[in-house]
Amino acid sequence: MTEPLLRADGLVKHFPVLRGVVFRRAVAEVHAVDGVSFEIAPGETFGVVGESGCGKTTVARLVMRLVDLDDGTLTSDGEDITRVRGEALRKLRLKMQIIFQDPFASLNPRMTVGDIVGEPLHIHNMWKDGGPRRVRELLDLVGLAAEHAERYPHEFSGGQRQRIGIARALALHPKLVVCDEPVSALDVSMRAQILNLLKHLQEEFGLTYLFISHDLSVVRQVCDRVAVMYLGQVVEVAERDALFDRALHPYTQALISAIPIPDPELERKRRRIVLQGDVPSPQDPPRACRFHTRCFKAQEICEQIEPELEQRCDDHPAACHFAEPRAPVVESPA
Amino acid sequence: MTDVTYFDPERDSARPVIAVEDLVAEFRTEAGIVRAVDGVSFDIAQKEVFAVVGESGCGKSTVALSVLGLLPQPAGRIAGGKVLFRGEDLVSASPARLRQVRGDRIAMIFQDPLSALNPTIRVGEQIAEVFRAHREIEPKVAWEQAVELLSIVGIPRALARAKDYPHQFSGGMRQRVMIAMAIALRPALLIADEPTTALDVTIQAQILEVLLDVRERFDMAILLITHDLGVVAGTADRVMVMYAGKKVEEAPALDLYRTPKHPYTWGLLGSTTRVDRPRTGSLPQIPGSPPSLLVPPPACRFAPRCPRVQPICRTDYPELRKVDVGQVAACHFAQDPGWGPAPEEVPA
Ligand SMILES: Nc1ncnc2c1ncn2[C@@H]1O[C@H](COP(=O)(O)OP(=O)(O)OP(=O)(O)O)[C@@H](O)[C@H]1O
Ligand SMILES: Nc1ncnc2c1ncn2[C@@H]1O[C@H](COP(=O)(O)OP(=O)(O)O)[C@@H](O)[C@H]1O
Ligand code: SF4
Ligand code: SF4
Ligand SMILES: [Mg+2]
Ligand SMILES: [Mg+2]
Repeated sequence: MTEPLLRADGLVKHFPVLRGVVFRRAVAEVHAVDGVSFEIAPGETFGVVGESGCGKTTVARLVMRLVDLDDGTLTSDGEDITRVRGEALRKLRLKMQIIFQDPFASLNPRMTVGDIVGEPLHIHNMWKDGGPRRVRELLDLVGLAAEHAERYPHEFSGGQRQRIGIARALALHPKLVVCDEPVSALDVSMRAQILNLLKHLQEEFGLTYLFISHDLSVVRQVCDRVAVMYLGQVVEVAERDALFDRALHPYTQALISAIPIPDPELERKRRRIVLQGDVPSPQDPPRACRFHTRCFKAQEICEQIEPELEQRCDDHPAACHFAEPRAPVVESPA
Repeated sequence: MTDVTYFDPERDSARPVIAVEDLVAEFRTEAGIVRAVDGVSFDIAQKEVFAVVGESGCGKSTVALSVLGLLPQPAGRIAGGKVLFRGEDLVSASPARLRQVRGDRIAMIFQDPLSALNPTIRVGEQIAEVFRAHREIEPKVAWEQAVELLSIVGIPRALARAKDYPHQFSGGMRQRVMIAMAIALRPALLIADEPTTALDVTIQAQILEVLLDVRERFDMAILLITHDLGVVAGTADRVMVMYAGKKVEEAPALDLYRTPKHPYTWGLLGSTTRVDRPRTGSLPQIPGSPPSLLVPPPACRFAPRCPRVQPICRTDYPELRKVDVGQVAACHFAQDPGWGPAPEEVPA
């Protein structure tokens, strides 16, 4: 394999749960990310998928070095970036940018669109050489008009705001763009537009994406490889088609089977795996296999021995004692 | 318990539970009058799941709030039309009568159950309160019924959990509590506005099962509002598609997906990501975004985004026309033979 653009090795992040009014003290820990490893090759779109609270956003923030790791290492282009600070971190930001889920909260309402998109250029002292021209260029790239530069975010719809966020992320010619649920807040029609735009930009600039989503149908549309997370851990990693055709982990199988399909005949015929109950609290994750409280295949061993994330077939690791395909995951109309 | 059902099978099963006729609902805003719902009609039969779909802002919630007489005041008002509940017009009903119907015969659940539950009262107590408000009933019996409802909607250890407060429940469990409360009085119609939009798919699947189960159990009709055509496919009997305050298509679920007749409907279908079909490089997309309702496009409101637009679409309003049994579409060309999406618009 070519040198990965980004390598995450054993990432750990726990957040303290604070109690008390005068003396705030930690009474527990949220195991937001608990030993997550993956590699992203240049030019690929690597997906991270899982239910809310499983640690996806925390992975994004760790990768972006917006929060510090408790443990693990991050390597970019062969260089250790786990603890870079100051000037080195600023340099890193030239290479890595992020697009957030909420196009309403992530744009400063008091700045014009032009200022928002141009802000990274100011921060990195690049405004002088052709800043305004670059802003026009960026707006054009994401399908907005030059005159939009004078307006404020509230004058735009959700889809357009997401375009503004994308333009800002591209300002510095990054190599890696972390997309944290970039279309989750959007309607289907806006969703299709933004997904197509991201794809187009990737082809045009050879971008690499870390694409985070809770929606497997979106992940399938855009990602080349996918990691499935459950309660702070990766439970399966696979190439896209392998994941959707031959998912090995019971959790992945359940997730895929729960995706509604817009076809009444098919939808009413499907055998769905309905998981019991909710995701347990990440403050006190179940022991051994964290999925055993909801797993339809759980055996005694699952509560005693933690399954390793190990290769099951070619490049397809899964963390389950009983990993095997359950075909067909999505039945086709026979 | 005195079993007060106003439902008389002989009298009622033949006619719709609710019939909305030519509903017009408006909001006064600083920028002018927004006509959020503009001449919409539909009816829902006994035990039927009727879905309303469309993009954000197209008027789905406004339809629901109009049916309940709950448009936000003073901005909102029903400016025309009728809402007939078993033949009785609720638009002209007295506030007292409306309160009586609401909660008792027609109940509603929302996307965000936390905003609808009282944070300081145990959930069992809140459900029991519904009985006490509408029925003469012993407190002890009301409590027992509340516990039973919690177990009907699938809350484990209902007896113990009835004593918990809303914040002690997860999002999915709170939605179950909301459903328990809404069905307490066996309403004839349950309105569910995006009941699963905030939930993960695994939890969404559970909640949809609960909804279908209670409709079966209590012969309830359901008005299901959602923007997700996947959710609609597995649950709805009939579907109405709205665009910019107008009804643009209505059909039995099967026909809507198999032979959509309005370009907006097939635009929505085409742009939906799905896991059961071969992937296409790029997704079909509807260009542009929905219009402002302050100055909607003249004639066909979809014309600025429609791939099939013709000059007539910008001058003449396309009335709804019948295209098949139970299927209507508001497009000038809906009755043309062979009218429908091209293969690249909705990949098969
Ligand atoms: N209280 C209000 N005051 C003014 N305008 C309103 C109000 N509530 C809704 N509207 C307007 O009415 C129109 C329809 O809104 P509605 O909430 O019914 O849409 P919706 O289809 O339910 O959308 P969503 O999918 O976002 O829930 C929109 O243009 C909206 O901005
Ligand atoms: N700053 C924080 N302080 C405390 N807990 C946090 C913080 N950020 C995230 N968490 C918790 O960590 C877990 C994972 O969160 P997150 O990474 O946001 O998940 P996801 O993006 O998959 O929904 C959740 O239980 C969340 O509440
Ligand atoms: S290890 Fe056991 S509990 Fe965990 S996913 Fe596999 S079968 Fe299920
Ligand atoms: S009437 Fe014309 S613009 Fe409107 S949906 Fe039909 S073809 Fe498109
Ligand atoms: Mg998140
Ligand atoms: Mg709404």
